[in-house]
Amino acid sequence: MNKHVSPKMNRRSFIIGTAAVGTGLAIGLDIPFGGPAVVRAADGSPEVNAWVVVRPDDTVVIRIARSEMGQGSLTGLAQLVAEELECDWSKVTTEYPTPGQSVARKRVWGDFSTGGSRGIRSSQDYVRKGGATARVMLIQAAADEWKVPAAECTVAKGVITHKASGKTTTYGKVAEAAAKLTPPADVKLKDPKDWTIVGKGLLRLDTADKTTGTMVYGIDIKLPGMLNAAIKDCPVFGGKVKSFDEAKVDGMKGVKKVVKVGDSAVAVVADTWWHAKTALEALPIVWDEGDNAKVSSETIAKWLAEGLDDAQPAYVGNKNGDVKAAIAGAAKKVEAVYNYPYQNHATMEPMNATALYTADKCDVWCGTQNGEAAFAAVLEASGLPAEKCDVHKVMLGGGFGRRGMTDYVRQAVAIAKQMPGTPIKLLWSREEDMTHGRYHPITQCKMTGAFDADNNLVALHYRLSGQSILFSLRPEALQNGMDPAAFQGVAQSGEAAFGYSVPNLLIEHAMRNPHVPPGFWRGVNVNHNAIYMECFMDELAHAAGQDPLEFRRKLMGKNPKHLAVLNAVAEKIGWTTPAPQGVYRGIAQVMGYGSYVAGAAEISVTDGSKIKVLRIVASTDPGYVVNPAQVERQIAGSFVYGLSALFYGGCTVKDGRIEQTNFDTFNSMRINEMPKVESVMVPSGGFWGGVGEPTIGVAAPAVLNAYFAATGKRIRSVPLRDQNISFA
Amino acid sequence: MANLTINGKTFTLDVEPDTPLLWAIRENAGLTGTKYGCGIAQCGACTVHMDGVAIRSCGISVAEAEGKPITTIEGLASGSTLHKVQQAWIAKDVPQCGYCQSGMIMAVAALLSEKPKPTDADIDEAITNICRCGTFQQVREAIHTIASA
Ligand code: FES
Ligand code: FES
Repeated sequence: MNKHVSPKMNRRSFIIGTAAVGTGLAIGLDIPFGGPAVVRAADGSPEVNAWVVVRPDDTVVIRIARSEMGQGSLTGLAQLVAEELECDWSKVTTEYPTPGQSVARKRVWGDFSTGGSRGIRSSQDYVRKGGATARVMLIQAAADEWKVPAAECTVAKGVITHKASGKTTTYGKVAEAAAKLTPPADVKLKDPKDWTIVGKGLLRLDTADKTTGTMVYGIDIKLPGMLNAAIKDCPVFGGKVKSFDEAKVDGMKGVKKVVKVGDSAVAVVADTWWHAKTALEALPIVWDEGDNAKVSSETIAKWLAEGLDDAQPAYVGNKNGDVKAAIAGAAKKVEAVYNYPYQNHATMEPMNATALYTADKCDVWCGTQNGEAAFAAVLEASGLPAEKCDVHKVMLGGGFGRRGMTDYVRQAVAIAKQMPGTPIKLLWSREEDMTHGRYHPITQCKMTGAFDADNNLVALHYRLSGQSILFSLRPEALQNGMDPAAFQGVAQSGEAAFGYSVPNLLIEHAMRNPHVPPGFWRGVNVNHNAIYMECFMDELAHAAGQDPLEFRRKLMGKNPKHLAVLNAVAEKIGWTTPAPQGVYRGIAQVMGYGSYVAGAAEISVTDGSKIKVLRIVASTDPGYVVNPAQVERQIAGSFVYGLSALFYGGCTVKDGRIEQTNFDTFNSMRINEMPKVESVMVPSGGFWGGVGEPTIGVAAPAVLNAYFAATGKRIRSVPLRDQNISFA
Repeated sequence: MANLTINGKTFTLDVEPDTPLLWAIRENAGLTGTKYGCGIAQCGACTVHMDGVAIRSCGISVAEAEGKPITTIEGLASGSTLHKVQQAWIAKDVPQCGYCQSGMIMAVAALLSEKPKPTDADIDEAITNICRCGTFQQVREAIHTIASA
C-alpha cells in the first residue's frame, strides 16, 4: 500500500496538433467527472472519475498530475482528494497519468507543470472537487443498491452506512456501479474547519523506496537492449560543433556510435555510460565558439553597471509620487549598489532522459517538472504526432526549476532517432550539468533612499539592471518588452507584492540579457530582490538610527499580512530581548508565490569572517497549510538552498563559458553548517499561496543583516566566498 | 573481468580494472540504488560500505575493491527486516527527493556501527554528504532517535 506506481491505462487516442500542447495553454481545461462508459485502470479497476480509481480490495488510487521532486506535493494533493472523498488514508496509493493520456482525454488532469510553487495552490480546487464528486457517486451507488435516498447514507473512511436499515458497504464494493453514474453537476467542498486529513502532518506516501535503493529515478531506467549516451554540448553557449574525429574512439571498448546532436552537441553511445563517457573524453571535437567566447564575468558586470545609470532606458514596475524630486529635496540620502550572480540548480541527480524511437512511436522516460512540456518536446524532436508519443514520468532527483526545461529530453530523442529501435539512456556528467544549466539570472541593483529632517523615509529608488528570464524562455509573456516577473517581491500588487508604503517610490528594471541562458531557479527573482530590498531596508534603518524591525513596521501599516509574519518571527526569536553574548540577529521579510514569509537569523562571527549560523526562525502565511510536516521541511530546505547559494554559490563566466564544473568549485552546505530552523506557520485562510520557494528569499538577507549587526560591515555582493567569508 | 563481492554475492563482471566501483555496481552488477552525484568524491551520493567502512565508490577502482566485502543500500537490510537507519528514516520522514539518501543512509549506518551514540559533533564530522533538498535537520533528528532507542 501507499506505493507510488505509474499507471498503464488503455485509452482511446485523439490526434492533436503539436502547437496546441506547447506550453499547455492552448487547450481549454475540461474536467469530465466520469460518464456512462466505465474507464478502467490497467488492472481493470473502475475509474470513478479521472482522479479516483477504487480497487475491489478498497485500495484508493489517486491520480496526481503534478510532479514529485521532494517537495511533498504528491502527498499533499492526495490528502486534498482523500479529504473530500472520505476514504481510508491508510488505503491510499497514487499514480501518475501520462501527458499522452491526458492530452488524449482533452487534458482531463489539467496542468502538469510543477514550478512556481504552484503544485498545490493552482490545482487544489479541482482536485478537491474530483474527490467530492467521486464521494457523491460512490454513496449514490450504495443508495441505489439499497433503494434508499442517498441523503440517508453517510460515509467514513470509505465505509458507507445506512443507519435506518443498518446496512454498510465499502467503496471497493460499489465502485463498479458508481463508475457508471452520471457525475453530479456541482459539489460542495468542505469548510476548512472540518478538515481531518488536510492540515495534518501526515507521513509522505513515497518514502519507503527512497530508503532501500528501489525508488526509480531517470538515471535508473533499464530497458531491454538499452544503450547509454554521454554528451558534450559546446562549452560556449550559442556555439556550434565544427567537426569531430570519431575514428579516434571507434575501437574503444563498448563504443557503438558517435552522433551529432543538433548543431551544438556530440554524443557517444556505448554499452555502458562509463564507456560512453570515457570515449567522449577521448573524442577530439572542434567547436565554432562564436563571438560569445569573448564574454566574461567582467564584461557582463560592466554592461550591467551601465544599466544602473538613470540615463539608460528602463521598465517601470512599481511607482508612486515623484522619486527624483523627493530625493533632490531630501534632508538625507543613502545609496548602495548590490549584485547577485548566476547560480546553478545543481540537482543531486544530473539531467537525463531515456528515449525509444521507432518509425511509429516515441516513448521517453524521465524526471520532469512539466510532463506536458516534455511531451511537446518529444513531439517536436521526434516529428511524430501526439498519439504516437508519450512521456513516462519517474521520481526526480531534485528539480528546483531546472527540470521544467526540456533540453535534455530533446537531446535524448535526437540521439534515439539516429538509432531507431534501440532505447537510449542519455545521462549528463556533473560537469555537463554544471556548465549547461539554465542559471539563476545575474543582476545588479542600485538603491537610493531619502529621509526628511525627522528621519522619515520619503523616497525610495530601486533600479535593477540585468537579465530577464521571460525574455529568454517565454518572450510571449513580456508586456511591451517589460518582464513583469523581474519585480517579484517588489511588485505593485499581486502574488509577490512589495510590503512597504513609501510616499515616493520608483522600482525599475534596465533589462540586459547576456548570452548565458537564464532559468527559473527555486525562488527565481524573489531571491535577489529580497536580498537587495531587505539588506537596504536594514541600511536605511541604521541610517535613520532606528531598530530594523521598528523601522520596517512603520512602513508596513497598509500590509498587515506582510507585517504579521514579520511580527511572528520577531516574537519567536525574541527580537526585543537582547541576544546572548556574541550572538547577533538579522531579520527580513518578503512576499512571493502568493505567500507571506519572514526570517530571522542568529549568528556568531569569528575573526570577522567565519560565520556560524546558530538559529533560524522562519514564518510563513500560505493561506492554508495542507501538510505542516512537509511545509516545515520545505522551509528548512529553503535555508539550505538559499544559504548554500549565499556562501558557496555563484557561477562565473570566462571565455564565454561557465567556470565552475563540479561540487569542488560550486559547493553546497553540509550538515555541520546547518542551523536549527524553527518554523512558525501562521495560515490566515482565504487564499492559497505556495510553499516550496518563497522562504528562500529571506534566507540570505536575514544572515547578511545579522552579519552587519555583528561586524558593522555591509556585504553587498554574493557569494561570500568571494569576500573571503565562510562558515565557521 | 573482475570478481566483486557485493551484498554477500559474488559478481563476475566484464569490467576494466580502472573502472570506478560506482559504475561497476550500477551498470555491471545492476544495483542502481547507489547514486552518481559528482564522480569526484565530493557529494557522498555513491557511499557504500567496503570492509564495513563507508567509502565513496566513485573514488575507488574496481581493482582496489576486488576481494573486499562491499555492501550497498540494497544489502543493508537483513532479509525483510530493514536496518534501524532505514526504519528511522521512514518513521521520521527524512527523504525529500531521496536521491542523496542511499548515500546518506550508508554513511549514517557506518557512523552508528562505530559510535552507537554519536554527539552532534560526531555527526558533523562523519556526515559530509551533500543534500540539495536540505534534509539535514531531519537527518540529525533521526540519528539521535536511533541513538536513544
Ligand atoms: S558521486 Fe561519489 S562522491 Fe559524488
Ligand atoms: S533528499 Fe534530495 S538531495 Fe537529499
